[in-house]
Amino acid sequence: MSAIVTISDLRKTYDGGLTALNGVDLAIEEGEILALLGPNGAGKTTLISAICGIVSPSAGQVVVGGHDIAGAYRAARALIGLVPQEISLEPFEKVLTTVRFSRGLFGKRRDDALVESILRKLSLWDKRDSQVKELSGGMKRRVLIAKALSHEPRVLFLDEPTAGVDVELRRDMWEIVKELKAQGVTIILTTHYIEEAEAIADRIAVISKGQILLVEEKDKLMRRMGRKQLTIELDRPLEEIPEALAGYGLEPGPVAGTLVYSYDSQGERTGITRLLNDLQAAGLQLRDVSTRESSLEEIFVGLVAGDAGEERS
Amino acid sequence: MNLEAVRAIYVFEMGRTFRTLLQSVVSPVLSTSLYFIVFGAAIGSRIQEVEGVSYGAFIVPGLIMLTVLTQSVSNASFGIYFPKFIGTIYEHLSAPASFLEITAGYVLAAATKSLAIGLIILATSFFFVELSIAHPFWMVIFLVLTCLSFSLLGFIIGIWARSFEQLQLVPLLVITPLVFLGGSFYSISMLPPFWQSVTLFNPVVYLVSGFRWAFFGLADVSLGLSLAAILGFTGLCLAVIWWIFTTGWRLRQ
Ligand SMILES: Nc1ncnc2c1ncn2[C@@H]1O[C@H](COP(=O)(O)OP(=O)(O)OP(=O)(O)O)[C@@H](O)[C@H]1O
Ligand SMILES: [Mg+2]
Repeated sequence: MSAIVTISDLRKTYDGGLTALNGVDLAIEEGEILALLGPNGAGKTTLISAICGIVSPSAGQVVVGGHDIAGAYRAARALIGLVPQEISLEPFEKVLTTVRFSRGLFGKRRDDALVESILRKLSLWDKRDSQVKELSGGMKRRVLIAKALSHEPRVLFLDEPTAGVDVELRRDMWEIVKELKAQGVTIILTTHYIEEAEAIADRIAVISKGQILLVEEKDKLMRRMGRKQLTIELDRPLEEIPEALAGYGLEPGPVAGTLVYSYDSQGERTGITRLLNDLQAAGLQLRDVSTRESSLEEIFVGLVAGDAGEERS
Repeated sequence: MNLEAVRAIYVFEMGRTFRTLLQSVVSPVLSTSLYFIVFGAAIGSRIQEVEGVSYGAFIVPGLIMLTVLTQSVSNASFGIYFPKFIGTIYEHLSAPASFLEITAGYVLAAATKSLAIGLIILATSFFFVELSIAHPFWMVIFLVLTCLSFSLLGFIIGIWARSFEQLQLVPLLVITPLVFLGGSFYSISMLPPFWQSVTLFNPVVYLVSGFRWAFFGLADVSLGLSLAAILGFTGLCLAVIWWIFTTGWRLRQ
């Protein structure tokens, strides 16, 4: 695989003096789904806007499909589709006209069959003659997606495509994203629903304070960073954790009478056998045990919190 | 050239015009008719002729210019201000289209609309006064150039404006006075010498003069100067727009 988007030392300081991008380096592979995660204000939208030509970068370089976004903006932008975070649509326009408009704006000939198939796929065909202002929020977001797809982009940026979209639609959206991937489209998606990244992304990039903290294959990341938790249910609540068990870092669980032991699932020794032996030696009776793998969300929260901690010290 | 983009913007903008066709056309026609009644009938009964042309006919070119200028500025400025205001400008900025193509789409649409209105007013004026056009070809040339150049100005105003108030301020505070003081309703030669010289700094003078020449063969300034002034003004507007798009002024953060 080769990179279709290469971002080198991209920086953006807004007029007010706020630095939203602080030297971003990122290579996006052709055909992948990259989830860009980061807390509010991390710089996700700024990064996407800079690549798409909406924000002028202060420094750095972006190359899309071999074309520099500044020097060869026409060739670069012709490859890119954008679904913005904010819902911005002409309220009095009809769905069909606004989607057709996008295709024309990107220099593509009118193609009614293609536009129809996109609208059908997004369940908007029945609404094609409605004015945009008559649509619900979720439908409007789908119109934005239809507009971006109408000019057949090779690289699609989805800035929080499923914000405010109901569960069923979200799953439909995931299907559409997977279908696009199957057609060879590269997809960059930001989201605050981490289960979404978990469900569809190939790789995860984490951005915080305008810098990329990490880019890694989702599966590897989850294996590497994944910690497992063993929840031990005792037959009666404990006043305090016995001295003999001090070395295990046990924490009280969510329910009275439970203890939680965290361990590295990749580690040589998990320490579970020893813990169970020591529990018995301490005279504690076990009612039940269960294990759970940490989700991407917990990994993410850990990463970003770690970053904030470094900043403070 | 991304001609599809020009066409897409043009069609989109014309669609907006047709949705509001009645108000687009009725109000300029109505207000021009009022001007005819007030200026032509009331004042015209006292001023019989200006340079051998009946006063009612004499003001026709000025009236058309007044409407065409204000319409061009307000159509084009609204056309680009609206996407900025509601945020849909993101699509124009991210499209593989140059400043010339985006400008062409908006400006051609605005100019088409004001040209149509200008022609409708011309047709209306035949109901009020006896009129003959000495140089129809040049009349159309001046009309088209005016629509284009002032739509360009409107486009710049639309990008500059940060609020609807600002958007309306310029036509109200700048265009209308310039047109009224630009010899629309009188000949410059009727002014005292000092004011005659001051007036020559008003670009509208050259438009009205050239346009009136096309009707009656009478001009305040020479035809060549009128043409040069319009073309120079157009060039200036294009240069400003080029600068706006290269720097992203008021468009890109
Ligand atoms: N137009 C602007 N002018 C000045 N500062 C801005 C502008 N847009 C964004 N910022 C600032 O830049 C920083 C990054 O914002 P950005 O919108 O890129 O974050 P984000 O990661 O997309 O956040 P969210 O998850 O909330 O969408 C924020 O501190 C924000 O306040
Ligand atoms: Mg954002």
